[in-house]
Amino acid sequence: MTLLKTKVGRRSFLKTSAAAGGGLMISFSWLASCTSSTSKAEVLAMPEEWFELNAYLKIGENGVTTIFCPNPEFGQNVMTSMPMIVAEELDMDWKNVVVEMAEFNAALYDRQFTGGSQGIRRGWNPLRMAGATARHMLKEAAAAKWNVPASEITTQSAKLMHKPSGKEAGYGEFAMAASQLTPPEEVTLKDVKDFQIIGNSKKNVDGKKIVTGAKMYSLDIQQEGMLTAMVAHPPAFGLQLKDFNPESIRSMPGIVEVFSFKTYTEDYGRNFFDTNTFPELVAIVGKSTWEVMNAKKALQVEWEKFSKQSFTMDAFGQKTEVSVPPGLESSQDHLSSMRREAAKPGILLRKDGDPDKVFREAAKVIEKTYSAPFLAHNPMEPINCVAEVTPDKAVIYAPTQAPGFIEGAIANRLGLTLDQVEIAMTRMGGGFGRRAYCHYMVEAAVISQRMSKPVKLVYTREDDMTFGIYRPAYMATYRAALDEDNNLIAYHVKAGGIPESPLGRGAANRFPAGAVDHYLAEEWSVNSNITIGAFRAPRSNFLGGVEQSFLDEVAEAAGKDPIQFRLDLLKKSRENPVGENNDYDPDRYAGVLELVRDKSNWGESNEAHRGVAAYFCHNSYAAHVVDIKMVNGTPKVEKVTCAMDCGVVINPDAAANMAEGAIVDGIGNAFYGEMTFQNGRPEKSNFDGYRMIRMNEAPKAIDVHFVKNEIDPTGLGEPPFPPIFGAVANALYKSSGNRYYTQPFLKKGVSLG
Amino acid sequence: MAQFNLKINGTDLEVNVDPQIPMLWVLRDHLNLTGTKYGCGIAQCGACTVHLNGTATRSCMLPVSAVGNNEITTIEGLSESGDHPVQKAWLEHDVPQCGYCQAGQIMSAVSFLKSNPSPTDEEIEGAMSGNICRCGTYVRIKAAVKTASKALNS
Repeated sequence: MTLLKTKVGRRSFLKTSAAAGGGLMISFSWLASCTSSTSKAEVLAMPEEWFELNAYLKIGENGVTTIFCPNPEFGQNVMTSMPMIVAEELDMDWKNVVVEMAEFNAALYDRQFTGGSQGIRRGWNPLRMAGATARHMLKEAAAAKWNVPASEITTQSAKLMHKPSGKEAGYGEFAMAASQLTPPEEVTLKDVKDFQIIGNSKKNVDGKKIVTGAKMYSLDIQQEGMLTAMVAHPPAFGLQLKDFNPESIRSMPGIVEVFSFKTYTEDYGRNFFDTNTFPELVAIVGKSTWEVMNAKKALQVEWEKFSKQSFTMDAFGQKTEVSVPPGLESSQDHLSSMRREAAKPGILLRKDGDPDKVFREAAKVIEKTYSAPFLAHNPMEPINCVAEVTPDKAVIYAPTQAPGFIEGAIANRLGLTLDQVEIAMTRMGGGFGRRAYCHYMVEAAVISQRMSKPVKLVYTREDDMTFGIYRPAYMATYRAALDEDNNLIAYHVKAGGIPESPLGRGAANRFPAGAVDHYLAEEWSVNSNITIGAFRAPRSNFLGGVEQSFLDEVAEAAGKDPIQFRLDLLKKSRENPVGENNDYDPDRYAGVLELVRDKSNWGESNEAHRGVAAYFCHNSYAAHVVDIKMVNGTPKVEKVTCAMDCGVVINPDAAANMAEGAIVDGIGNAFYGEMTFQNGRPEKSNFDGYRMIRMNEAPKAIDVHFVKNEIDPTGLGEPPFPPIFGAVANALYKSSGNRYYTQPFLKKGVSLG
Repeated sequence: MAQFNLKINGTDLEVNVDPQIPMLWVLRDHLNLTGTKYGCGIAQCGACTVHLNGTATRSCMLPVSAVGNNEITTIEGLSESGDHPVQKAWLEHDVPQCGYCQAGQIMSAVSFLKSNPSPTDEEIEGAMSGNICRCGTYVRIKAAVKTASKALNS
């Protein structure tokens, strides 16, 4: 059992706008018919009154319990898994749980951010605490009424029981009394072995709404008097607005207003997520999407190259001026500039032993260079936001991964205080990192303020795809030195990208660092005006693939089985680690490799061409075996076997779904994913040019396994993504005899190997 | 602007719109039927799939003036209470992640199973490859189509 110090806010204490006994998002009325309460609510008898025990839950007099999901939902299924954790410690009966998305409120919830695969890891204790605290208060309330010691009361499936006296009651009966008690200073948490909800698969609480097309996404919001807006942005990076002719479209049907605006105020100190690719935009505002879309196409607008552009960054109080390099960049130039920069001495990140000497004297040296292009996130729901700004308030409905990182910018730009900005987190039609950069929320707010009307800002697919904030382009050179007995004695990684390196100190300390006596990690970068942002498993999504591809080649050169080769290195790292700050647990790393070896029947004869890879990032371990068959000269992924160690698995079937998605996403990007540029202009703007993986190209089967342990849970959305690139490359090699160094692997006209 | 009499989900509706406006925007902006999604606008992703006389059609490229007397069914009209065998199969396999593409996927699957009640895996892959799922739920979609096929045939 674990004792935990409690810290639970109460919604009604802290949020004065919440109605007594309600705690609902009263001011958020537009989605009243489509807030996130589950479809179960339709069949459950709703209580007449709710009693709030803390910010995470309220219990009705009939026992029905609402649990609030604090984190933004973009498909990772926190709407189900987070309430499951609360319900577990509450000893709640899951079929009487209703789930609602919480309001955004930094005073009540710890970390309302979707990114870095940290939701469950960081939410683990607060969510358990919320459930355990409420259970404690219910027991206290029952103890007072029954006049028995609270320590003699037990709970099970939303029931309070006092065995010595035979007294028994449902939670609803004591909800009011419990809600009036002071929360305890510390609570006892359950042992993992006693979990009844965690570890038992629960269906997606929004499943029914999704399959019936219910309103959940901000793009679906319709409101009387609401205007629709689109923004015209420069067609190329390196351009800015010169002039535009509002009269060219003002008389078109449905058009209400045309004006230019700057997203941020000039002196605003931006945070890391305030990336603003195009500082000045033209807003086209009208009555309907189709009319605004047509007017936007007809708008006469002139763009010009900028020679100087800069903005202020505010990194935790440290203000710096950042210059944006001018120029119209092309992908061909990117490749040569990366090669040029990679040839220069890099920035040293880690050095163990004497790698220079060992490489000079080695029996065998293997050196390979890998590259990968920019990638667009392409969430299925295009970027959009609904805003209603009045003189003293801004209400924003947004698909956002990072509301806490944008509220300051919104308040600053509108001239409001933080208290006057309310953000409702709508279900996102995907995000993959893109919706952590919420400039569009500021844009919608600015347009609404100007129009004094509620406004829905909609990006077309083309706007979404050409607006920047891409996964960077990367290049990495790896070298390995083998001695005469084919032992790996030195390892060198030198990696960089446009405009940032994938490596950094964190990744430089990952495997195989710690397993090789002589180790060197360096990095470099090339500046650019093409903006970038976090993309599922940032940096790792390149490194995990290429490193694992390289290790496969080294294992082959050493004449060793690729899994055994890695296991031998991990054994060394465990028994006799080299250097300090090694950022992985060799046992857990080896654990996923052993599990995937077992589950894939590795080593047994198999008709398919097989590749393996494993990686550790975002606190979790993942290993894949990919089986490929060649069909008419085209590689088909027959099967992927996946092993993961992310500690305790909250919702196993949904967790498997997440891993399956990461695998498909990774295969798609490894095969086809690519954004290219010509004179600053993105060369792809929709799904006709930007190839996305489709069902006939996805694996026929995916088999996901989790290491069973009692370790506190860690992330899941990102860790299975990076190693699939490596496993695919290694399987492709087996199928074709060619090594694949350049992503995307199946690009036409590029010589491979 | 012109007046059009449409039959949508079994109801006769009248709209006064630009004859060129795609049905997607008639449904979403004018009739508040937002279950049909905008994904690409060029019939590449399938998020906007509806039925035109029972056949899967991309509503983003279908001008309202081309609909005529043909009956349109959207995800909202697929079943009374969300219990069409295909919808039930989607829930059984817990298919969705973000969920945004799934209405289009379901509409494609329903139409496909009408024309091919007992498809092979390859036929499912072929028929469903017009619908992009960015979250990558394809393995589950395929399993759900197979489950629905069995339910529809039983």
